[in-house]
Amino acid sequence: MPWYDNIRIGGLNKNAKKKDIPDGLWLKCPGCGEIVYRKELEKNLFVCSKCGHHLKITSWDYISILCDDGSFQELDTGILPEDPLGFCDSKPYPVRLRNAQEKSGLNEAVVCGIGEIDKFPVSLAVMDFRFIGGSMGSVVGEKVTRSIERAIERRISLVIVSASGGARMQEGILSLMQMAKTACALTKLKEAGLPYISVLTNPTTAGVMASYASLGDIVIAEPKALLGFAGPRVIQQTIGEELPEGFQSSEFFLEHGFVDIIVPRNKLKKTISTLLGYLYSG
Amino acid sequence: MARFVLEFEKPFLELVRKIEEMKKLQEKNNLDLSSEISLLEKKLTELQKKTYSGLTRWQRVRVARHPDRPYTLDYVRMIVTDFIEIHGDRNYADDKAIVTGFGTIGGHKFVLIGQQKGRDTKENIKRNFGMPHPEGYRKALRAMKLGERFGLPVVSFIDTPGAFPGVGAEERGQAEAIARNLFEMARLGTPIIIVIIGEGASGGALGIGIGDVVLMFENAWYTVISPEGCAAILWRDKAKAPEAAEALKLSARDLLELGMIDRIIPEPPGGAHWNPEKMAETLKKEIIKEIERFKGYEPEKLIERRLQRYRDMGVYREVKNARPKTS
Ligand SMILES: [Zn+2]
Repeated sequence: MPWYDNIRIGGLNKNAKKKDIPDGLWLKCPGCGEIVYRKELEKNLFVCSKCGHHLKITSWDYISILCDDGSFQELDTGILPEDPLGFCDSKPYPVRLRNAQEKSGLNEAVVCGIGEIDKFPVSLAVMDFRFIGGSMGSVVGEKVTRSIERAIERRISLVIVSASGGARMQEGILSLMQMAKTACALTKLKEAGLPYISVLTNPTTAGVMASYASLGDIVIAEPKALLGFAGPRVIQQTIGEELPEGFQSSEFFLEHGFVDIIVPRNKLKKTISTLLGYLYSG
Repeated sequence: MARFVLEFEKPFLELVRKIEEMKKLQEKNNLDLSSEISLLEKKLTELQKKTYSGLTRWQRVRVARHPDRPYTLDYVRMIVTDFIEIHGDRNYADDKAIVTGFGTIGGHKFVLIGQQKGRDTKENIKRNFGMPHPEGYRKALRAMKLGERFGLPVVSFIDTPGAFPGVGAEERGQAEAIARNLFEMARLGTPIIIVIIGEGASGGALGIGIGDVVLMFENAWYTVISPEGCAAILWRDKAKAPEAAEALKLSARDLLELGMIDRIIPEPPGGAHWNPEKMAETLKKEIIKEIERFKGYEPEKLIERRLQRYRDMGVYREVKNARPKTS
């Protein structure tokens, strides 16, 4: 998870804590460096109108972009992280968790529930990069698995929006096994004949990319998201040379056949509902 | 004996040298020193046992990486008969970091998949240090599917420092290849027996690691990231790998306590590389036992059991409806 940038912007979600939203009326776009008016950026779903850069947004921002007004109901809110290894690096894992909870206003790195996307009922799981880099530990694995199972129980579609640096180191082998757990659950969804749309946002890498994020019946990516198995820094160190331009971007993975469609944020909802019209028969 | 010597192995070598000297002396002067020799041998075994029972996690990582440690094909040579290796993923290439083939063990026919490291520089280049590319995972899946179709159990040997982080690996979908294997292994209609024989680093290991039973060698390690990778990120210093190894709880005993593996396979005194033949014999017994255990299972029953096994993995607590939100 070494490749975070410093851009963490929330705002569409009225419940988000104030400190997630940078102060000031003007922001510098991390894509083109231009100074943009904050209100305008917000109206544009935090996509720069000058260069099209998709700024990172929160799980609740995605929920309000995707779900019909008032249709989303959050579920499994009471699943909370533990510290099974007693992990401590520069600070103890429980402290890290508490900080992440306070900073994000979330219990963990994924928000799950049911909602409607242009009237299509969906089981929705949205990851949140603000929470320890959107990393997947036991709670994320369990909540994603329950979201899959909920789709099967209710015979509705599954949509997962990923934003993650991968499996969470602080839960060691347990995090790794969440890749197995979620993949196992997805086989049941397939047996049940229900569609799964995987949405990859910036960044989706490592253990999450190497499990459920890559297993969508349809894989959608936001423009210019960082995707991949290994982090670019690790690859650069391994091969000892500069990486090619655009390496590991959404466009790169589209070109190489691992992404179906690149969809800008303002077309995300419409694209998903159109796809569900083809894939979901109720 | 060992060409590469770990710090804590040095006292063993001292005794080995003494034993060899005594043997030479015995031969040269036609003396009977057998009781002295067996005493020293006993002393060596005791010392090895004592040392190894107290190894730190990082020391075990170093044992797992010992360049003399037996690799997949060494075990094949020692305990598998009629082995026929098969090659290629039928799409791109033959990845030599993963070996696949058909073999027989104790009269049982099976499909073998396993990561393979090289013994010297030349072979390591060929084997890519046991770091597979996507085509390696796809070759393994092809072999497993053959096992399913023709009613052969699958035995998977895990021994990798990780899936290869490279440009070609990304271009050809390293993440997708691993994810696909997890998905397909979950429902493979034949028994899958997993043995972690050395290094089990991250998704690169798990990509051939979903099964009905997971066994782990006493000095093997298995976790979400390599100690160096973890140290580089969380400590911002690769040299802190020993600390990371401790924090990650990556040893066989840790994994057994966490309920992530079924059994630890004991290694000979001094580790697998001190007595590869004995290690291989132990492994053979374990594999035969597991093949026989799962032989009678109906595929449906086996799959259900496998899915349940992974369903239960994870540690969290659950309280009633904390902070529900709607939008
Ligand atoms: Zn811009």
